[in-house]
Amino acid sequence: MNAPLKNRNLKLLNGNHAVAWGVRLAAPDVAPLYPITPQTPILEKLIEFQSQDLFDAELLTPESEHSAMASAISASALGARVFTATSSQGLLLMHELLHYAAGARVPIVMFNVNRTPAAPWGFWPDQIDSLAQRDTGWVQLYCENPQDSLDTVIQAFRIAETTELPVMVNHDAFWVSHSVEPVDLPAADLVQSFLPRVKRSVQMELGTGRALSAPADQASWNLSRRDMDVAMHKVPGLIDAAGREWGDLTGRVSAPVETDRCDDAEIVFVTMGSMAGTAREAVNRLRDTGIRAGLVKVRLFRPLPVAELRDVLAGVPGALVLDRNYSPGTGGVLHQELKSALFGINEAPNLFGLLTGVGGINVPVETLVSLAQEYRGADPVSDPVWVE
Amino acid sequence: MQKIDYCDDGQFCSGHVACAGCAEALSMRVILNTVGENAVGVVSPSCVAIIVGGHPTSSARIPFQHGTLESAAASASGMKRALRAQGRDDTTVLCLAGDGGTYDIGLQALSSAAERNEDILYICFDNEGYQNTGGQRSSSTPMSAVTGSTPAGNTTQKKNLIEIMAAHRVPYIATASPSDLSDLAAKVTKAKTIRGTKVIIVIIPCLPGWGVADDAAVKTARLAVESGVFPLFEVENGVTYRLRTTEKPAPIAAYLDQQKRYRHLSDEDRQALQDDVDRNWQRLLWLAAGE
Repeated sequence: MNAPLKNRNLKLLNGNHAVAWGVRLAAPDVAPLYPITPQTPILEKLIEFQSQDLFDAELLTPESEHSAMASAISASALGARVFTATSSQGLLLMHELLHYAAGARVPIVMFNVNRTPAAPWGFWPDQIDSLAQRDTGWVQLYCENPQDSLDTVIQAFRIAETTELPVMVNHDAFWVSHSVEPVDLPAADLVQSFLPRVKRSVQMELGTGRALSAPADQASWNLSRRDMDVAMHKVPGLIDAAGREWGDLTGRVSAPVETDRCDDAEIVFVTMGSMAGTAREAVNRLRDTGIRAGLVKVRLFRPLPVAELRDVLAGVPGALVLDRNYSPGTGGVLHQELKSALFGINEAPNLFGLLTGVGGINVPVETLVSLAQEYRGADPVSDPVWVE
Repeated sequence: MQKIDYCDDGQFCSGHVACAGCAEALSMRVILNTVGENAVGVVSPSCVAIIVGGHPTSSARIPFQHGTLESAAASASGMKRALRAQGRDDTTVLCLAGDGGTYDIGLQALSSAAERNEDILYICFDNEGYQNTGGQRSSSTPMSAVTGSTPAGNTTQKKNLIEIMAAHRVPYIATASPSDLSDLAAKVTKAKTIRGTKVIIVIIPCLPGWGVADDAAVKTARLAVESGVFPLFEVENGVTYRLRTTEKPAPIAAYLDQQKRYRHLSDEDRQALQDDVDRNWQRLLWLAAGE
């Protein structure tokens, strides 16, 4: 499936530098950026590119993530292509403006590096920072490795500009953000033709006398959410089409929900982000021992690709949902989402919600192998289970 | 009677929903017409957002974004950068905010934009409190003034925003008043010719908030200026102070008597306010002479 190695432009990059390369190729007009560990290498690499005349966006370095997002919204409302990046506390500080950006329908692309929020302070991979933003109206995508992050951030601009919805792309702190892997860099002209400058309906056109986001009556506010609902419904199909086209161009196909060895599986792992890489290896080891395991990688989390999830999970006897996050009082967020997505379907799998890696603790392949052995053929458990 | 010297080409439309007699609408009319049509703006939640109006209408001809309360200057910065990227750097970016959105919750974003010297024109309509939410104190509320959250009178000094902005060394700061619209128009015109962060603070007596008669907004503003409570001046590059007049101001008694928010004051309280005004005026004279 992949293009031959000799045709590829491989470079050793960590996940954050892969993102910066993707952004450089996507060529935004404006990039407001505020540093935060472990996002900062994205900011630094883009500024380095700019100092070398390889990236000519208007760079703003304001005093907070809140102002970075406010600047991003206004720049996008004037028709500019806009990128920003953040993590954890920064994303949480932006929360008010995440709702605003989605409601104003500005197609910003933001990269978030998933990190534990305080308290207590921590700098570890955990996805609760972005999952807590699930109701803000942003499209959310999760990446497994640096190549996935580069490919996805480029595709995100197309999804945002086609739907006029803001898109948040995520990868895990350190496991992806600071892990170095060979990354294939697509050619600049390839990305340019993949991301044509589409004429958007610019909200703040001179001479129109129009006001953006003015106080609205109940019916207009209601209508704004119905419009977002229509746009959200288009997203899985657009991501699927973008992933196929990207596959034709680069040899790397992607989809809202990706599967590995699921066809005859008796038990599957369902997860997001870097945990998919660990689960992939666990599947191979389980298969070697005769257990028919598989992997369902949820790449698109918002909108939740319900049809795709039902399609791949119907008829599978057991599904282990691996959540590297914890929503106090309920459990893993993906576990909750799957319970509702699969409700009422024929041949729904027995679901097990496993809190794996919360707070960034390491989850080795062996742990996943023994979990699959333990839950294979077990009765369903409604409560989440903490995994050591 | 003074003839107002500015060109009204309809940048501010009739039918807006300011309180009858509000001097903020009058000031907006002059500002929008002086800024002209090659402009985009941001309004933060405040009386000015109400005057610009609700969806789908707008009382302004230029496009406005209704931003969030803490981010007017950050939004304006984003607009200017987008315009620059699009080769439209000649378009003015106008920020209209209240004192809550400037002195309080928006100060961090304003300080950041000023420190970067973003090319924006920031207007603060200073009615010395959160008047749009029914009249609570802000850090712009003067000592002793009664508000909804200071029923016995405010116990802190009005924040000196001008000196804070001057410390950022922005190219232009001015105070202005609806009682001198030619001066307001001249300051906006001058600000338009300067690149960088320009801040103009316009005193707006709030009819219900200050307890001022419906026909007395402009008169009250004039008394604020003439008594030295709100003197008119400019600051260039943070260091060059230029006063509109160096004549000794009138006593503040007539200004206080216009307003219900000072009605509870004893003679000692009134004298304490007069002493504050005198001290501030002496400091201003010293700053203006300091070149």
